[in-house]
Amino acid sequence: MDFALSEEQQFLQQTVNELLQDQCSLDIVRQDAAENETKNQALYGSLTELGIPGTLISEDYGGVGLRLLDAALIAESLGGSVATVPYIGSSVLAPLAIQLAGSDEQKDSWLPKLASGEITCGVALGEHIGARDNTPITSEGSKVSGRAMFALDVQDADVFLVATVDDELHLVEANDAELNRLFTIDKTRSVGELTFDHAPSDSLESSIDSTSTLAKVVDAGRVVVAADTLGAAQSMLAKAVDYAGERQQFNRVIGSFQAVKHMCAEMAAELEPCRSLVWYAAHAYDAIPEDARITACHAKAHLAEVGRFVARKSTEVHGGMGFTDLLGLHYWFKRIELNRQLLGTPEFVRNEAAKVQGWI
Amino acid sequence: MDLEYSSEYEDFRNELRNFLEENKHLSPGAIARPPTNREGSEDGPNPAQRWQQLLIEHGYAARTIPKEYGGCGEAPDPLKTHIIAEEFAKARVRPGHSGDNRLVPTVLELGTEEQKRWLVPPSIRGEMSWCQGYSEPGSGSDLASLSTRAEVDGDDFVINGQKIWTSGAQHADMMFCLVRTEPDAPKHQGISYLVFSMDTPGIEVRPLVTMTGDATFNEVFFTDARVPKNQIIGKRGEGWFVANNTLKHEREGLGDPHQAENRFREIEELMRNETVDGDPIMDNPTHRDRLLQLQGRMLAMKYNGMRVLTSQRKHEEPGLPRWIIKLQGCELNHQMAAMAIDALGELGTLYHRSDHMRAGGMWQQRFMMDLGLIIGGGTAQIQKNMIGERALGLPKEPKVEVKPT
Ligand SMILES: Cc1cc2nc3c(=O)[nH]c(=O)nc-3n(C[C@H](O)[C@H](O)[C@H](O)COP(=O)(O)OP(=O)(O)OC[C@H]3O[C@@H](n4cnc5c(N)ncnc54)[C@H](O)[C@@H]3O)c2cc1C
Repeated sequence: MDFALSEEQQFLQQTVNELLQDQCSLDIVRQDAAENETKNQALYGSLTELGIPGTLISEDYGGVGLRLLDAALIAESLGGSVATVPYIGSSVLAPLAIQLAGSDEQKDSWLPKLASGEITCGVALGEHIGARDNTPITSEGSKVSGRAMFALDVQDADVFLVATVDDELHLVEANDAELNRLFTIDKTRSVGELTFDHAPSDSLESSIDSTSTLAKVVDAGRVVVAADTLGAAQSMLAKAVDYAGERQQFNRVIGSFQAVKHMCAEMAAELEPCRSLVWYAAHAYDAIPEDARITACHAKAHLAEVGRFVARKSTEVHGGMGFTDLLGLHYWFKRIELNRQLLGTPEFVRNEAAKVQGWI
Repeated sequence: MDLEYSSEYEDFRNELRNFLEENKHLSPGAIARPPTNREGSEDGPNPAQRWQQLLIEHGYAARTIPKEYGGCGEAPDPLKTHIIAEEFAKARVRPGHSGDNRLVPTVLELGTEEQKRWLVPPSIRGEMSWCQGYSEPGSGSDLASLSTRAEVDGDDFVINGQKIWTSGAQHADMMFCLVRTEPDAPKHQGISYLVFSMDTPGIEVRPLVTMTGDATFNEVFFTDARVPKNQIIGKRGEGWFVANNTLKHEREGLGDPHQAENRFREIEELMRNETVDGDPIMDNPTHRDRLLQLQGRMLAMKYNGMRVLTSQRKHEEPGLPRWIIKLQGCELNHQMAAMAIDALGELGTLYHRSDHMRAGGMWQQRFMMDLGLIIGGGTAQIQKNMIGERALGLPKEPKVEVKPT
C-alpha cells in the first residue's frame, strides 16, 4: 500500500512547473487575456516538446501512454499557473474518447496528430451533460446537425468531438462547422458555440456502446477539471499566505492577526484533503473501477465547493488589492469559477453520485 | 500509487477477519472506556480485561509495546495498525487499547525503567486506568499558565490546587497531572509532570455535569495531597515538554477517519429507513444533497488519512495533512451528527426513554458530545493558530504585556 506520488510523477510535475514558471508568467497570461489568446503558441510548443498533449495516448500512437493520475498532475500545474493552452478537451476528453470508442483506422488517423500537437480538438459534450440553449444535435448517416454550447478548447481547433442526443460521439472537421467563440469570465481557456448543418462526420464506432464510453470520458474529465481547480486554489492559498506575511497594518504583519491567520488556516484545512481526493479519484479511474464514478463525482463537486471558498477567502486576505486587476488574482478566481460549472455543476454531479449508489 | 496490499498484509487482514468472526461474541459492549479494576470483580479479570488479554495474545492490542512491559513487542508497522483499526471498525467490534494512548507512549519514551515496569503492564491489561489532569479553571487553552502547586516536603511533593474538565476522573485509578513546582521560573519552565493514584489522601473528585446531562468529566481538588518524589516523569521543571508529548498523541486520536466512515454509513441507513410524511428521507433532494456533501468531505478525509499513513510508513513527516486532522475530523463528525438529527426531525430531540427514540438517542448524544470534542483537546481556534503558525509559517501574535485585572 503506497498512497503517494512516484518519483517519476513528482519529476513530471516539477518539470511542468518549471516550464510554466518560465513561460507562463502573470505578464504572459495578462497579455494573452488581452488578446483573447487561449493557445499561447510558445507555451504550447514547449509543452508539446515534453509530450504533454500525448500524455494519455498510447505509445502505439505516438503518445506517452500514462494514466489519468499523471494527466491530473499536469492539470493541477496548468491550473496553478492559469495556463493559456488547451488541455482538458483536446488532451484528455478527445484522446480518451477516440481510444475507447474509435476504430483502428480512426485511432490511426487522429491519435498521432493529437499526440504530436499537430492538431487540437475542441470538445462539445453539452448534449450529454448540462445542455443549455442547445438545439439538439442529431445525426443522419454520417452527417450531424444542431447547435452545441460551451464546447471546450475551441480556439484554432482543427477538429471537434461532439456528442449527439443519442449519446453518439462524432468527429467533425473544423471547416465543416461554424464556430462562434463565447467569452466567459475566464480568459485563460476558450469555449464556444458550434453549429453544424449536415456537417460530414466521422462517428466513433466500436464494440463499446457509446453511452458507457461517454460516461467514462466524462468521469475522466471531471477528475481533471477538479485537479485544475486544486492547482488554482493551491496558488491562491500560497499567494494569500505570502501576502499575509508581508503586508503591514497597525505596525504589524497582517498574518499575525488571527482573523487573517484563521482565514489562511481554514483554506489550508479545507484544501489539503482535496489533494488526496483528486489523487484517489484519478487512480481509481484506471485501477479501481468500482470506485471510479463515485469518486470522480465527489472530486468534481467537492473541489468546486472548496475552490470557491478558497478563491473568495484568498481575495479577502488581499484586501482591496485582491479586487484589483493589477494584482491579477482574479485570473485564478475566474478559472476556478468556470471549472465549477464545466461537466456538471456540483449539485448535478452529486445527484449523479446518489444515482450511482442506488439512493434514487 | 499502489493501493494493493502485499500478501503479508492480505494474510494479516484475513487472519484478523477470521479472528473477529470467531471471537466477536466475547467482546464486551460498546463502552467508550475500558472499565477499571474498581468496577471489576474481586475474582479475576472482568470481560473487558479478558477481551483485552485475548487481543494482546493475538497481537491486535498493545502491538508495539515491548514484551517485557506486557505488550506484543512487534516492530511498529503503521499499515498493520491501520488494518486493525479498519477491520474492528468494519466489524463494529470494540478495539483493544494500549493502556492509555496519551500516557503509555509518554512513559515509554521518557519514564525510568522502574516507572515503565510499574505503570505500563497494568495499564495495557486494563487494570490501571487514567485521567488527564491538565486544565484548570484559569488555564485551558493557555495551559502553561496553570497554578496548581507542588512543593517538596521531605520525600514527597505536596499538591494544592484544582483541576477541571477532567474526563473520567470519577472512575480512574490514576492521574497524570501537571503541577507548578518552580513558581519563580518562566511559565513554561516551572511545570512538572506527576503520576499518582486517585486514592491518594487529599484528592477530592466532584462530578461536573456536561450539556449531555451526564457527568463525564469532573472537578478535582487537591488539599495537601502527598505524592512521592519519584513519581515524576522527566525532570523537575520539564513537565511542559513531557506534556507536549502527550498532547501530540492525543491530537492524533481525535478526528479519526475510520470512525467518520462508519458514522456516514449509519446516517445513510437512517435516511433510507426513516420516513417523513410516508416518504424516505433519502427521497428528499435537499437532505440527500447535504448527505452527499458530507460524503465528499468524508472521502477526502479518508484518503487524507491514507496519505498520512503512507508518510508514516516511509518515516517522513506528514506535515499539513496531519495538522488538519483534529480540526477537520471533529468538525465533520459534528456535522454528520447534525445531519442525522435533521433527518430525524422532532424524533431527534427526544431525550428521555421512549419507544419512539431511535438508536437509543445516540445521535442526540453525539451531536452534543462532538461539540465537546471540537473544544476539548485544543479548541478549533487553537488548531487554526497551530496550522497558521506551524504548518503555514505565519507569524505569531506579538506578545503584549497585559497586567492582570
Ligand atoms: C469534552 C471535554 C473533555 C475534556 N477532557 C479533559 C481532560 O480529560 N483533561 C483536561 O485536562 N482537560 C480536559 N478538557 C478541557 C479542555 O482541554 C479545555 O476545555 C480546552 O483546552 C479549552 O480551554 P478552556 O475551556 O479554558 O477555554 P478557553 O481557553 O477559555 O477558550 C474560550 C474561547 O476562547 C478561545 N481562545 C482562547 N485562547 C485563544 C487564542 N490564543 N486564540 C484564539 N482563540 C482563543 C477558544 O478557542 C474558545 O473559543 C476537556 C474539555 C472538553 C470539552
